Amino acid sequence: MESKISVRNLKKSFGDLQVLQDISTEITEGEVVVVIGPSGSGKSTFLRCLNRLETITAGKVIVDGFDITDKKTDINEVRQRIGMVFQHFNLFPHMTVKENVTMAPVTLKRADQEDADKKAMKLLERVGLADKADVYPAQLSGGQKQRVAIARALAMDPDIMLFDEPTSALDPEMVGEVLAVMKDLAQRGMTMVVVTHEMGFAREVGDRVLFMDGGYIVEEGTPAQVLGRPKQPRTIDFLSKVL
Amino acid sequence: MKIIELAVQHFPSYVNALLLTLEATVFSLIIATLIGIIFSLFKMSKNKVLRGIVAVYLSVIRGTPLMVQILFIYFGLPMAFGFRWDLTVACVLIMSLNAGAYMTELIRGGIESVDKGQMEAARSLGLSYPQAMIKVILPQATRTMLPSIVNQVIVTLKDTSLLSVISFRELTQNTKIIVANNMEALTMYFICGLYYWIVVNILTLLQNNIERRTKFGK
Repeated sequence: MESKISVRNLKKSFGDLQVLQDISTEITEGEVVVVIGPSGSGKSTFLRCLNRLETITAGKVIVDGFDITDKKTDINEVRQRIGMVFQHFNLFPHMTVKENVTMAPVTLKRADQEDADKKAMKLLERVGLADKADVYPAQLSGGQKQRVAIARALAMDPDIMLFDEPTSALDPEMVGEVLAVMKDLAQRGMTMVVVTHEMGFAREVGDRVLFMDGGYIVEEGTPAQVLGRPKQPRTIDFLSKVL
Repeated sequence: MKIIELAVQHFPSYVNALLLTLEATVFSLIIATLIGIIFSLFKMSKNKVLRGIVAVYLSVIRGTPLMVQILFIYFGLPMAFGFRWDLTVACVLIMSLNAGAYMTELIRGGIESVDKGQMEAARSLGLSYPQAMIKVILPQATRTMLPSIVNQVIVTLKDTSLLSVISFRELTQNTKIIVANNMEALTMYFICGLYYWIVVNILTLLQNNIERRTKFGK
């Protein structure tokens, strides 16, 4: 299988604090990688290094063949291939739902307004929100906002999607609707890296689970291995607290 | 009534004076806004030299009275460098530099009030920094800044009255000239104040209207 994302000896520091110690992993096309671990383990920072929302202190990250640690790489170009979904949605509050979805493709001249509108309606239908196209984000529930955020990311036709704790800010009854959209996406063959505390999702949808702690990948393997028969004491300790 | 008589009699000169007041205000504010956008970005940048330039500029403008700035630039600079100011150009320049300092702080405050997740979301979609600023950050910042911007427009409008000291024939200077001839200080300064009052209140109405139309479903 072709390697979609290649991370080699990635290190990240904030000032004196080293958050990522030495991370290496390969993510193949169509793979769904779920990253779990205690808070402060560096899992969100790891995810944010994959599209360089965080500057990378050392090591290499290669996405779709582009070395994003190389200063000569046009990061804006590479980011168009990587969709990202945030814990706090980060929808644009001054735009309607449809405008949120069409803004990037139109601004980046990937489509004219008319085509972008049509595509936005298709995507909104897919996430079950076609009837909300003309309302503003302030009028949506958390689960609806997050589904719009997914549609917004998909509007750029990414071939990789990053999810940074997409359900952590949601009321419990809204978690399911967001996970369903993500599961659908995984089944369509999207390459996904998901930071989450949803162990059920990891088990059901994940191809591989990375357990991070203290800035290292402590253990990795299939969900059955890592969640079912963890070997490392830190993994066992963490899972005993969350399961 | 004398006041109506005088208002009608001097109406033509007041139309000219009002136009000059508005001209100085509008052009100055356009330039001040550009100064504000550029300097607020400088102030938030990592570059120490750019931040230093802005710091000196802000401290000079805010630390000295507008009247002194007017006299220094209009009379002082030509003396040092041997040139003559075009009156209108000098007036617009002085007011721009002055309002620009206040606009810088105001715009920076507005930009910083926007959640940093907004910039991240825009950048993650592939937008460049300027694109994200224009499409995502500035529209939201403007909404927050609107009351302070309108306030600055009102302050600058009223501050143009100080340009009378260098004989720029705006509303106040026009009134001074008329009073010097007819000695009707009470009536004429009342009329003069009325012109300012009307323009300021039109601006306030406009502000309320814009705020009502930009609620974005909240």
